[in-house]
Amino acid sequence: MLHGIDLDIPRGKVVAVMGQSGCGKTTLLRIIAAALLPTRGRARVLGQVTGDLDRDALYALRRRMGMLYQFGALFTDMTVFDNVAFQMREHTNLPEDAIRDLVLLKLEAVGLRGAAPLMPAELSGGMARRVALARAIALDPELILYDEPFTGLDPIALGVIARLVRQLNDALGATAVIVTHDVAETLPLVDYVYFMADGRVVAQGTPAEVRRSGVPFVEQFVSGATDGPVPFHYPAQGYGADLGLAASA
Amino acid sequence: MRAALTHLGAAVTAGVWRLGYAARFFGYLLAHSGTAFRRFGLTVREIYFAGVLSLIIILVSGLFVGMVLGLQGYDTLQRYGSSEALGVLVALSLVRELGPVVAGLLFASRAGSAITAEIGLMKATEQLSAMEMMAVDPVARVVAPRFWGGVISMPLLAALFSAMGIFGGYLVGVVLIGVDEGAFWSQMQAAVDVREDILNGVIKSVVFGFAVSLIAVFEGFDATPTAEGVSRATTRTVVTSSLAILALDFVLTALMFTGGN
Repeated sequence: MLHGIDLDIPRGKVVAVMGQSGCGKTTLLRIIAAALLPTRGRARVLGQVTGDLDRDALYALRRRMGMLYQFGALFTDMTVFDNVAFQMREHTNLPEDAIRDLVLLKLEAVGLRGAAPLMPAELSGGMARRVALARAIALDPELILYDEPFTGLDPIALGVIARLVRQLNDALGATAVIVTHDVAETLPLVDYVYFMADGRVVAQGTPAEVRRSGVPFVEQFVSGATDGPVPFHYPAQGYGADLGLAASA
Repeated sequence: MRAALTHLGAAVTAGVWRLGYAARFFGYLLAHSGTAFRRFGLTVREIYFAGVLSLIIILVSGLFVGMVLGLQGYDTLQRYGSSEALGVLVALSLVRELGPVVAGLLFASRAGSAITAEIGLMKATEQLSAMEMMAVDPVARVVAPRFWGGVISMPLLAALFSAMGIFGGYLVGVVLIGVDEGAFWSQMQAAVDVREDILNGVIKSVVFGFAVSLIAVFEGFDATPTAEGVSRATTRTVVTSSLAILALDFVLTALMFTGGN
């Protein structure tokens, strides 16, 4: 799936991993999250090699991370408040009063303090993503992973999420890895970009550098051209042959 | 022929592999059941969903099964002039067999399918992955409370089913048909043995509770995370649980009631 990946993500930066669907970027994110182990090579995350960790060490590492899933993955049997409070109740001995204050603080940061008593089914897609963001930063993680955070959002919600990703990262002093194929929203937001194709990194640099990189795949991806290194047509025999016209032509 | 054998071999291998996976899952579940007891509120919540919300179907079914037993039993017994033994027939039928078995089948249909669908949907919507990423073991936090909630609920539901069935038999036999009330209760009291009948019935319902709950949580946890996958898993829960209950009932009955009686 992935080949020859050599990736450095500096502390405190917002880094995007971009590429078309199926290029391996979500697999890369799962390796960073230690949900998958590389079959060759190693992944060092927050100073620890993920392949060397036992279950307790892995869970200790994950307590230092937050992850925003593509569609939020909110717990549907809990209110917005309980979703954000979940990790605090599971991993800390904080009294309920303190948890309440912290949850309201997180929800205020994403603009949804008033939605605390709602159930996930009562939220719009954008609101659910913001609640998931509040949940991801509940324990002030050092590393925040975003899996397609902009997918399926309307332009307003998309802008809100993009702004929050940057603001929260700067406020927390965290490191962020965003896996996405949304060029327009992501490039203005991030410090560094990796472009992936067929399981390999094909281009990297600051947003300005990748825009003028001259790599055909990147240019096609950034401009959204329908044809180029990634062809419009799926490989097939000649159209005439498929229509039975080849012999007479 | 060779293709058929290959297909058969692959199916058997897959079946054995899945059985082994289920056994490992059960071991892991037992080893990580501490949360279900340390934070018993989580298990109580599942007892409510699996047990309390199943009460209506259990009680109504128990009442009707008991009433049918009363009618059928009276019809047969009165031919031999033993209609006073109706209470014994109703009670033994329910406590030994129908209570655990029918309550188990209803529990599998009502609660087992709901448990599978809930866990399967949590998997399909990445809630279990999210939990894992938050350093919370989904088996300990989600699966174990549901499993133990089911195990605890099942014998209680079976007992209520039997009690309601006996009441149904009483309604038909004594109130409707006119069997002597004293004979109905006194013969039942004299003939039903606590250890031989009631305890064995309770053991059956506990075993069924383990089987149905394990199948339900395993199928949900192992479901393909799509709408079709969850649908298939839910169906498998009901079918596998029903067959498991009937097969286990035969084995347990053979062990408990043959030889001694």
